[in-house]
Amino acid sequence: MLMARLLDERLAQLYRAGRIFGGVFLGKGQEALSVSMGMVLNRQDVYAPLIRDGAGRLAFGESALDALRTCMGSPMGPMRGRDGNVHRGRPKEGYLPMISHLGASISVVNGALMAKRMKGEKKFVGIASIGDGATSTGAFHEAINQAAIEKLPLVLVVANNQYAYSTPTSSQFACQSLSQKAIGYGVSDHEVDGTSLTDCLKTMQDATDRARQGEGPQLVIANLLRLCGHGEHDDAHYISPELKASSVGADCLKLAENTLQSDYHISKESLEIWKEETVLEINQSIEQVQREGAPDPYHHSWKSLISRELCEHS
Amino acid sequence: MSVTYLEAIREAQAYLLEHDSRVYIYGQDVGAFGGAFKATKHLANRFPGRVMDAPISEDAMIGSAVGAAIEGMRPIIEIQFADFSTVGLNQVVNQAATLFWRTETPCPITLRLPSGGTSGGGPFHSQCLESIYAHFPGLVVCTPATVEDAYSMLIESVTLDDPVIFCEHKYLYYHLKAESLPKDALPLGKARIARAGRDCTVVTYSAMLHECLEAAEEMSAEGIELEVVDLRTVKPLDTDTIIASVARTGRLLCAAEGWPWGGVNAEVISRVVAEGFNLLDAPPQRINAKDTPIPYHPKLWSVHRPAAASIMAAVRNVLRS
Repeated sequence: MLMARLLDERLAQLYRAGRIFGGVFLGKGQEALSVSMGMVLNRQDVYAPLIRDGAGRLAFGESALDALRTCMGSPMGPMRGRDGNVHRGRPKEGYLPMISHLGASISVVNGALMAKRMKGEKKFVGIASIGDGATSTGAFHEAINQAAIEKLPLVLVVANNQYAYSTPTSSQFACQSLSQKAIGYGVSDHEVDGTSLTDCLKTMQDATDRARQGEGPQLVIANLLRLCGHGEHDDAHYISPELKASSVGADCLKLAENTLQSDYHISKESLEIWKEETVLEINQSIEQVQREGAPDPYHHSWKSLISRELCEHS
Repeated sequence: MSVTYLEAIREAQAYLLEHDSRVYIYGQDVGAFGGAFKATKHLANRFPGRVMDAPISEDAMIGSAVGAAIEGMRPIIEIQFADFSTVGLNQVVNQAATLFWRTETPCPITLRLPSGGTSGGGPFHSQCLESIYAHFPGLVVCTPATVEDAYSMLIESVTLDDPVIFCEHKYLYYHLKAESLPKDALPLGKARIARAGRDCTVVTYSAMLHECLEAAEEMSAEGIELEVVDLRTVKPLDTDTIIASVARTGRLLCAAEGWPWGGVNAEVISRVVAEGFNLLDAPPQRINAKDTPIPYHPKLWSVHRPAAASIMAAVRNVLRS
């Protein structure tokens, strides 16, 4: 969580300094939920993070270096300058690279889980992460229904962060709670306070355990507030002050730090040292990315197929 | 013994299921029912757990194929009618077609699209969509016109490490027969001279091949010899074979069942004009379906799509100029 927050802050600085080619999209306020996903998954599992899952990505095993490489367009990163910012992953390692079309990754996770079942693997699970906006897509409906029919070990996590870009949930769905959708699809539901790391970990562990044990898809709704704009270009002036002041508007990182100090006797000084060490690692990674340079368009392989003999001239 | 185009597709799938444990089939009604056209008849029984019924969810069907491919499988997705593939277009063009470019991860999925018009099919069960898929980088688009190609190209498609749009023509399913399944085949990406001739090159593919061959036979009686090129795959396009044919005849007509705006015919003409302008003795022409949705009544339908008679008229037009 701490690394994710500090990395986000550095990315925002780099964006303002014109060091990032595309947009920058932060996960501020969603780190507790996100990190819980990465923490309950094992190596053989599948994870399809979304736009605000820097914390989950790190917990699943991504390095800050790979995140920075993608944002800064390094030829050494997993996307090698061909895709940027949050559109990164290492599919062969179960870490799926999101596309921008919301809800589209859920059925991809389903297919990976179907394949694992066909290959005879056991006790695996897949997490697809989405927001409240993606629950309005046809892809969401098709994929959760497909997972239910196939009884797949899918955990579908919805960060109900109150806004899809600037659109409030009142314009996104009319049911009382998104967890009600689970009934219609015949899947189990969980609802959790997305600002509490303890609660998120507990719920995510429970949901993934159930999925691993063969109880079928689990829909997790986490209520929280996006504590930033849609991207760094967005000042988020539309976010209601009442929501900011309410319990969903709490900062999960501050709450987690308070819990560490009160319940786990971690001193303020230790927290400061963690922060310093984390900032150092981020700065070292940025220096390395800067040394890696840029992709060379004149010595780039402009081939969109593996079968090179079938590529059209380009 | 003879084998139909449809049986060739079924036999190719049986061969693939038998020889590669990574292959499975997923689509609406493909299981015990055997598919809307019976392209998977008895396969669910022969290969338990590997021929699976899907809900009416083209997006999720194709998305799941991408996920399974990432996990090393080689899914065959049967879309019940090519027309319905537009519901799953996002997963094809944004997931499947971009995966290798973005991540160097293979995406060996094959989408079977029962394409093209049959009498009474109407606007939503008759479409030829190869041109829109060919537009997107990252896809191979097959349009087999013969029983032999239906068999060998489907096997090669599923064996390929890239996503393939396999446009099989419904009109040919039962009409077209061969003596036996082929032992060898041209590779994907190579066009074929289906008929040699000196007077005009006719570039075509899929069911239109047979209309063009019929036209060629009739015109041969008048002493006009057409050279008919069967593209086999519309992407990649075998420009070399086309240009070599135009070099022999000096004239070009492109015939396709798809709509006229843009598309395969336009692409072929564009390439011939750009790369072989000096070879041409007359302006190249094309014949397509009319620029309307596909009509239901057989009388309207028979005029909507190109057929031997309209192809002959188009050839005469090329020969006159």
